Amino acid sequence: MSFPLSYLADFDSLAGSPRLVGLAVAIGVGIAFGFVMERAGFGRAQKLVGQFYGTDLTVLKVMFTAIASAMVGAVVLSGAGLLDLEAVQFNYPTFLWPMIVGGVVLGIGFVVSGYCPGTSFVATASGKLDGLATVLGVVAGSVVYAEVEPKLGAFPTSGKLGVFTLSRWLNVHPAVVAALVVALALVAFTVAGWVERRGRATSQSRNESPSLSTEGVPT
Amino acid sequence: MERDPEKFWNPYVAGLALGAVLLVTYLVMGRGLGASGASFRVGVWATSVVAPAHASAVPAMSGAMEDHHPLDDWLVFEVLGMLVGGALAAWTSGRLRREVLKGPTFGAAGRLALAVAGGALMGFAAKLTRGCTSGQALSGGAVQSVGSWAFMFSVFAGGYAAAYFLRRQWR
Repeated sequence: MSFPLSYLADFDSLAGSPRLVGLAVAIGVGIAFGFVMERAGFGRAQKLVGQFYGTDLTVLKVMFTAIASAMVGAVVLSGAGLLDLEAVQFNYPTFLWPMIVGGVVLGIGFVVSGYCPGTSFVATASGKLDGLATVLGVVAGSVVYAEVEPKLGAFPTSGKLGVFTLSRWLNVHPAVVAALVVALALVAFTVAGWVERRGRATSQSRNESPSLSTEGVPT
Repeated sequence: MERDPEKFWNPYVAGLALGAVLLVTYLVMGRGLGASGASFRVGVWATSVVAPAHASAVPAMSGAMEDHHPLDDWLVFEVLGMLVGGALAAWTSGRLRREVLKGPTFGAAGRLALAVAGGALMGFAAKLTRGCTSGQALSGGAVQSVGSWAFMFSVFAGGYAAAYFLRRQWR
């Protein structure tokens, strides 16, 4: 048997019971996704933005571990003939310029709101009203985008490289890329440890709490 | 089970768990996780209720309503699951509490206003980048998309550039 399951592949064109199965899978996957993110601390704004103040690098540790482990898993399963990696990669084409510009804007929005779009749902689910406010903002911002998109001209599709992978770019096997990413992650985790110790020492010398205060205002 | 709101999973264990969820999603569905796409569909649905003719005249919106109801979508159901999973995890860890998270000296109204504003920036940006930190950085990054990695480094750059100006929010 090869994955993704052909029964569920190309979900958007599915109808009837396969579509219902797909939606049920979505709920199950979502429950696991939301549970793990909450337990990682991603429902708390201070734990997320701590990344950008050098006080709490949980975001980097969790994200990088997840990316590296899923990448290794995908490469191994692909090598074993169990996963059609190219079929998954087909969903992630590169449009370089909008992704870089949009990425910077999203990063600014992250620090302004204290969440990213996914974690704002987790915060909402744990009762955080600032999380709910972020969710509403994301909804509004995406509608504004749809309204102005025709005026953006060719920019949203600029820098089009198609399905362009790191292994194609570096001209090495995907397994080599996975090994490099694991090595990069290990270096990043070491540096993260130094940064956290320094960030906490700095805030202590200013008589501030070692990590960003986690006070909430009950309403 | 003891509930300690200050106790979180070890970040590397949480990362491995997240990676496993992502890998299973690739295997079963042939795609990764996501979030902002669901937010957009909620916006499309709201617009289609208030101004149906307008919604079908906007290309990006009509595309999301073509074949199915705008909320009949994989990501919308995945986010419904996220809300359940998040609430369950918060409840069982003693973190399920109605509150506004902010620094002790910053006003709650200002904090909520910044949350809406930051959310709006991200909602706009995530459409431009075809996915957010979940749907692009995490899900595309793990299958080695160059665009996903460029996006991820840009998010960090934007966050670090803006952090100094927003520091009062957390003090």
